[in-house]
Amino acid sequence: MSRLLSTDHEDASQRGWQYRLHIDAPLLFSLVGLSAFGLIVLYSAGGENIELVERQLLRLGIAFGTMIAVAQVSPGVLQRLTPWVFVLGILLLLAVLIGGATSGGAQRWLDLYFVRFQPSEMMKLAVPMMVAWYLADVRLPPNRFQLLASGIMIAVPMLMIAKQPDLGTALLIASAGFFVLFLAGLHWRIMIFLGVMAGAAAPLIWHYMHDYQRQRVLTFLDPETDPLGTGYHIIQSKIAIGSGGLYGKGWLNGTQSQLDFLPERSTDFIFAVLAEEFGFIGITVLFTFYIFIVVRGILIAIQAQDTYTRLLAGSLSMTFFVYVIVNTGMVTGILPVVGLPLPMISYGGTSIVTLMAGFGILMSIQTHRKLLPT
Amino acid sequence: MLHQLTLKDHLHEYHLFSNRAITLLVLCGLLLLALLSRLLYLQVVEHEHFTTLSEDNRVKLQPIAPNRGLIYDRNGILLADNLPSYRLEITAEQVDDMPSTLMELEEIIHIRETDRDRFDKLLARKPRFEAVPLRFHLSDEEVARFAVNRHRFSGVEIKAGLARHYPQGKLAVHAIGYVGRIDERSLKKLDSSNYSGTTHIGKTGVEKTYEKVLHGSVGVRQVETTAQGRVVRTLKRTPPVPGQNLYLTLDSRLQAAAEAAFGDHSGAAVALDPKTGDVLALVSMPTYDPNPFVNGIDYDDYAKLRDDRRQPLFNRALRGQYPPGSTIKPFIGLAGLEEGVTSVSSTTYCPGYYMLPGSSRKYRDWKHAGHGTVDLKKAITQSCDVYFYDLARSLGIARIHDYLQHFGFGKRTGIDIVGELPGLLPSPAWKRQHRGQPWFPGETIITGIGQGFFLSTPLQLAAATSVLANRGYWMRPNIIHAEQESGQDALLPHRAQIAETLSINNPQNWDMVIHAMVDVVHSAHGTARRIGKDSPYRIAGKTGTAQVYGLKKEEKYNAREIPEELRDHALFIAFAPVDDPKIAVAVIVEHGGGGGSVAAPIARKIMDSYLVDKPV
Repeated sequence: MSRLLSTDHEDASQRGWQYRLHIDAPLLFSLVGLSAFGLIVLYSAGGENIELVERQLLRLGIAFGTMIAVAQVSPGVLQRLTPWVFVLGILLLLAVLIGGATSGGAQRWLDLYFVRFQPSEMMKLAVPMMVAWYLADVRLPPNRFQLLASGIMIAVPMLMIAKQPDLGTALLIASAGFFVLFLAGLHWRIMIFLGVMAGAAAPLIWHYMHDYQRQRVLTFLDPETDPLGTGYHIIQSKIAIGSGGLYGKGWLNGTQSQLDFLPERSTDFIFAVLAEEFGFIGITVLFTFYIFIVVRGILIAIQAQDTYTRLLAGSLSMTFFVYVIVNTGMVTGILPVVGLPLPMISYGGTSIVTLMAGFGILMSIQTHRKLLPT
Repeated sequence: MLHQLTLKDHLHEYHLFSNRAITLLVLCGLLLLALLSRLLYLQVVEHEHFTTLSEDNRVKLQPIAPNRGLIYDRNGILLADNLPSYRLEITAEQVDDMPSTLMELEEIIHIRETDRDRFDKLLARKPRFEAVPLRFHLSDEEVARFAVNRHRFSGVEIKAGLARHYPQGKLAVHAIGYVGRIDERSLKKLDSSNYSGTTHIGKTGVEKTYEKVLHGSVGVRQVETTAQGRVVRTLKRTPPVPGQNLYLTLDSRLQAAAEAAFGDHSGAAVALDPKTGDVLALVSMPTYDPNPFVNGIDYDDYAKLRDDRRQPLFNRALRGQYPPGSTIKPFIGLAGLEEGVTSVSSTTYCPGYYMLPGSSRKYRDWKHAGHGTVDLKKAITQSCDVYFYDLARSLGIARIHDYLQHFGFGKRTGIDIVGELPGLLPSPAWKRQHRGQPWFPGETIITGIGQGFFLSTPLQLAAATSVLANRGYWMRPNIIHAEQESGQDALLPHRAQIAETLSINNPQNWDMVIHAMVDVVHSAHGTARRIGKDSPYRIAGKTGTAQVYGLKKEEKYNAREIPEELRDHALFIAFAPVDDPKIAVAVIVEHGGGGGSVAAPIARKIMDSYLVDKPV
């Protein structure tokens, strides 16, 4: 483990196949392990539907393929392309807002005739790339003007996505941008100032929220008020998790999930299935994977050789962690219900491809480093 | 200088970044710790609590209704049975095209509009995987027709259950009663958990009185269900405890003979075993078939019964309150003897009417010409009214009231069938309270021949006759011969209970009155001599006539001239054999005319059926 995480004392002789193929083995193997675990849980959560598992396997295949493909692109190329990717993303978001396909009451999709494309997914990568690109050539920590400029780069796409409305993705994009600024040395004073501002803006945000979003917040504050409506999700998932206990009820034996008491059990609430059937032990295994991946990502960031790759790698790793925390926090009832999947485990979503593209960037950063004289 | 300021300090930036990255990692660790402690709280600390909630979610309890106890007569002849009953059920999710399925079903099975309405309502309410009943109580023919066509109807099934059936039909319905669907009102009074699987409840008669015994205790099936309520499997089954079987004291052969003896007459008859108080027959005519009531009688059919001029639904044996008429005379006579107001030898002259001193009002005897000089024996045998007018006046209403109370008049006998009425034994206190009027001497006079305010039920008359037969023991009438635990052969017999003992100072007074009653049947001048001529056993009896219609002063009663519903009720009480009484009977024939000519022959047939035709 320590050898896997450690990248100190390297020389050319240690650089083997990983560098030739531009693959980071620790990341790859932990992601594969996590996906395998996810498929096992999904088989149970989906009611032993093997077709569901096969479709997810296909999706994972595409995601892993994307990751490896992205890993071949050198960070230099990525850096040069960044502004164009960002501008394209903004244009596509505009297109969605003007003429996007409506799905489930929200405009998120852009119908490109042959494929339905979600520009907000692209922005999950484009925003941290853009902020990192902007800050790459300035003296850090950034000054106020640079902060303001970065803030606009984050806020514009975030607000466009929030307007769709897709609060979960907007939140992820905001945090991805914020992590870049934080890693760039954002002053603590400013962070406190922003925090106070956010608190003051809360009533205003409440005012502009959709009814279902307000309901989610209210239900989060007290799930018992609406035990048959929105609160039902949280109550049932808490029962599933709690009844799982230390060792779980066993694979395929979770009564809450198998007997349909748990809603959204193969997608957003799959964590509750895992907790019910594999217990606290299973959760510990899951979190071990997640911690390993996040720590590995941060280490890659620390070892990165320039500001752009450093900031980008750090932000992507942290965004992955935000995914995990927001989803598990929601399912365990300590955060409000925000429709974010559990990364690598939940069924479906284009988000998995984006996620793996992000890991591709991390691998690219790690394996395109130049050998420096020690 | 300017150029230098924009230069990046790479080492500084590296350290800055590393510090920030490690800060983030620490933050991640803290968040993770918070999350893990939340999970530990849910999965370890509150594990028991959530396990209970999870089990509550998963496990549902389904009631299993117990089988209702059967009802037999005293000889083991089945009176109330549980028969398989078939219902047609449709499971919506297994049906491709509901309208066409229903249309095709209608071709082979009769579906009423009310069935369709109920079905549509249930269908809209129940989940699609649950079977919804369309028709109950399919005939055998319908079951067979469906069986042949079953392949055409996926999702349509025939299910079997048990339904109450009364194989003897109209026989003894006023004693047995019937069950019906539990209605809203009785639902509130019931033990809701014990009745959670039960659809029917005793509505009248023994079915109602012994509801608790007949019903049994509900069983429970623990099933695992999905969130939608679909049953996945049965986890545990606690079988229900069936209700106990009841053996009634009724003799259905005797009951049938009694009902037949009435012919087209309306009326009532009660036959008791005087030694035990066992109800051998409880007849209220006309009777009706209880079977349609079990599953809700059609409104039109019910209206027909309800509006029938002869009132078949009216339980005359328990609730019919009639003036006892002359059947009261042996009891009044006994009171006179016991109180020393009259004696065996004292006589009264009967000129055909009676007048109170200082009054010109004539109380007429039924025999216009009068009976001449009569003693008590002759007065009972020939039913002389004048003798009893005089005796009643001598006794006074207070003594009559107190004495007749001992024979059970004026209060419920306490029989174990619901709905009994108490009759009315009048007294000055009663009249003051209920009519707000003083008691008039003339009212004492007519009480002496069982007229006026005096009312009694056929059951009361039979019970009082039993006291005569027993020479003083008052046995509470009872309908249960024995109980039987379901699945067991042993019978648990009911013990007869003496409710009261009437003390008579001089036992010869009993003999005197009973001899007079024997003469009613067996002497040449007895009012019931018609039934005594060929009787193989000796009967003690007393005829009676209850006025329905008050005659004007000098009007003569002529049965043929007045409409039937205004004719007098005919009464007869009797017990036999005289030396060892085995049966005591009271018969009332509404608008039957004379007690001796109409009621007595019915009583004779009842006694014959029990004493003569009795199989060895």
